[in-house]
Amino acid sequence: MLESYGPVLILILLSSALAALVLGLSSIMGPRGLGRGARDTYESGIIPTTSARQRFPVRFALLAMLFLVFDIEVIFFYPWAVIFRRLGLYGLIEMLLFIGLLFVGYIYAFKKGALNWE
Amino acid sequence: MFLFLLLAVVAVAASIAMITARNSIHSALFLVVDFFCLAVLYLTLNAEFLAAVQIVVYAGAIMVLFLFVITLLNPGNEETDDRLRGQRPLAVALGLALLVEVALLLRTQAIRDRLGDFPPATSFFEQVQTRINGTPTAPIGNVQAIGIELFTTYVLPFEVVSIVLLLAVIGAVVLAKRQLR
Repeated sequence: MLESYGPVLILILLSSALAALVLGLSSIMGPRGLGRGARDTYESGIIPTTSARQRFPVRFALLAMLFLVFDIEVIFFYPWAVIFRRLGLYGLIEMLLFIGLLFVGYIYAFKKGALNWE
Repeated sequence: MFLFLLLAVVAVAASIAMITARNSIHSALFLVVDFFCLAVLYLTLNAEFLAAVQIVVYAGAIMVLFLFVITLLNPGNEETDDRLRGQRPLAVALGLALLVEVALLLRTQAIRDRLGDFPPATSFFEQVQTRINGTPTAPIGNVQAIGIELFTTYVLPFEVVSIVLLLAVIGAVVLAKRQLR
């Protein structure tokens, strides 16, 4: 069974080799030492206004939580979709119940403004 | 067997690195390594769908949530000393106790009979195949086997999952609402 993952293994090996090659070449051929600006966040870009190490708003965590819930919902669609014909109407009702309950959650989050960024 | 040993060593090493890392972001990244090891372990157990879910949900969505929570709690203040004194020896003692318990349990014949052989003589999806088709030869895929079990035998748990997820949405919105205003 695992033999069929040979191409994946080749892909992993090739991408690791490429990463090693690029990093190795830049460490051999690149300039040494830390000149002016080499330690900046963006060496030739905008100057950061504040430190990145500060507390982020709770909105990010809330959005991640909502994403997680609906991500799991979608995960359940895959095994359902591949046996949709076998389950027939029974499966459709089952899934509609599932989606319906989660849709209540969606409406709730929407009404409470959890999906608005401003 | 070699693959299992390799994965087990990497997974345990990543776990140890995760709990000893001073920087919480580094801990989270070691956890990603752990999740990937588990995904490949699922692959070796012929559970392709679970492996994909492990990467999509755990290494994807749950890690995003973890990172946002870490940034919410201010990553600048790394913990320098033990907040809970005497926690470490207690944790080691309890962990060892649990390990001994599991080892003793696995040596019990009654438990071994219930667990069956490892690796099992007939895999989960061969069993489902036999039940559906009456013969193990007509091939159905791994995802189909999970789907058939999930939507027939385990309908109730499946529907309860939607209630649990609904509660997660409501809980998250209620907890974050005060700050949103």
